[in-house]
Amino acid sequence: MEGISALYIFMLAAITGYEVISRVPVILHTPLMSGSNFVHGVVLVGAMVALGSADPNEPLQLVIGFVAVLLGAANAAGGYVVTERMLAMFKSGAKGGAK
Amino acid sequence: MTRLWLIQICYFVVAVLFILGLKAMASPVSARRGIIWAGLGMLLATVVTFFTPEMRNVLLIIVALAIGGGAAWWSGKVVKMTDMPQMVAIYNGMGGGAAAAIAALEFARGEIHGPVVTTLATLGALIGAVSFAGSCVAWAKLQGVMQKAFRLPAQNAVNVVLGLVTVGFGIAIITSAQIAPGAIIAFFLLALVLGAVITLPIGGADMPVVISLFNAFTGLAVGFEGYVLGNPALIIAGIVVGAAGTLLTQLMAKAMNRPITNILFQPISGAAQAGGAIEGTMKEVSGLDAASMMRYAQKVIIVPGYGMAVAGAQHKVWEMTQLLEEAGVEVKFAIHPVAGRMPGHMNVLLAEAGVPYDKIFDLEEINAEFPLADVALVIGANDVVNPVARTDKSSPIYGMPILDADRAQNVIVVKRGKGAGYSGIENALFFEDNCRMLYGSAQQAIAEVITHVKEMAG
Repeated sequence: MEGISALYIFMLAAITGYEVISRVPVILHTPLMSGSNFVHGVVLVGAMVALGSADPNEPLQLVIGFVAVLLGAANAAGGYVVTERMLAMFKSGAKGGAK
Repeated sequence: MTRLWLIQICYFVVAVLFILGLKAMASPVSARRGIIWAGLGMLLATVVTFFTPEMRNVLLIIVALAIGGGAAWWSGKVVKMTDMPQMVAIYNGMGGGAAAAIAALEFARGEIHGPVVTTLATLGALIGAVSFAGSCVAWAKLQGVMQKAFRLPAQNAVNVVLGLVTVGFGIAIITSAQIAPGAIIAFFLLALVLGAVITLPIGGADMPVVISLFNAFTGLAVGFEGYVLGNPALIIAGIVVGAAGTLLTQLMAKAMNRPITNILFQPISGAAQAGGAIEGTMKEVSGLDAASMMRYAQKVIIVPGYGMAVAGAQHKVWEMTQLLEEAGVEVKFAIHPVAGRMPGHMNVLLAEAGVPYDKIFDLEEINAEFPLADVALVIGANDVVNPVARTDKSSPIYGMPILDADRAQNVIVVKRGKGAGYSGIENALFFEDNCRMLYGSAQQAIAEVITHVKEMAG
């Protein structure tokens, strides 16, 4: 990920994020915050790569890496469950409205 | 070589799934599909990463995955809907912590080279650590573990000095050729303290905005560490969330008419003494009178607040609504943008109780209707109906858009006691001539009203 191309990626990703969220109804603010919270749970992948390249003979590295994977996994798993629960309810709420 | 290439292709698919998933989540119709797409992306990313060439410590990774993922999965399953905001806060904080830990590990390995990468690693570490500590404090406050708002003497000066010292250590790390372990440890500790200290004085209605801000922070931190590791999935997901989270934070702050700088540096709480004295007395009403006022009304607007949700009264409120409608009363729900603990939180809670969408209205949609309503029923809401936000320039909530419940012919406020609300600001509405107080927990007060309404039908 070298030089100027990294800058391009940054810009395009930022614009994508901005566009994806604009004009969202207020009722979805909470689920969406939760959903984007889940998406940055991909930090788990980074943590796995980092621990995967840590020196097995260096306890300090192993401890830090272990904590990183632990926290990343919690972010991803927790974020998913909570978002899914909220959005599932919206579905049943809509059904209730149709009655 | 082929293997590396395949892994990169998979990360590309992951990035596409994340973006499409987020896009789908922005509309109520496709929202459920959106989280499932994003979930599939996460699963693919996790599995593929195990095939990274020369992976070491695989057993350790699996154990950490199982513990962290399992604990979070379980806690997310059992948490009550009213406690959702603090769960989002804590999971978000963990992501920030993970980003900071990645930076720490790369520093420890001595694998960070060059000024650009060092800067990004340091920046990501700072933002991630602040988000981690801040989110933990936010969780503790919303969970009620910690006192609501705690203001240090000269809070803003402390923030600035602490921030400058932390950044100073960061610059020292970036510019020094040989990085001293002591400086790195001090940097991380200071960043954690900074995150906690910034969040301590913030309370009340400002909390959701802060959680959303930390969400954007974590996104950015993840993106920066993605550069350090050369992992495009992290970069794209992180930056997309960083931008989306920033916009979401702005939308929330705008809904409250409070700039983000005010939220961080001029918290509402603690300024409760400000504002002119309110004259008049609070007038009590019985459950029977309240019931007859609504039963023989033409139009009732219900303003639900967090107090209703905490009491778990939304099902009772929906039952009462149905009874009133059978009696020919038109009933609508008015939702303030920050009702509950996050924008949209109240909609989630009402949806849980089965209240249909077409009865729920936003502030802009319904405010003009209050003068036409015979009764405005305020349940467990306070600051969002406080008329001083319109009139009293000295009030800390002056300028915040409110629901004009005071303009209804009659106002009934269901409230536990006479104390001030979450933010500690006295509510002028309660002293108005057209306002009556129905004391008791929302659950019990509404149950009483239901009983009386049923008697009137018979």
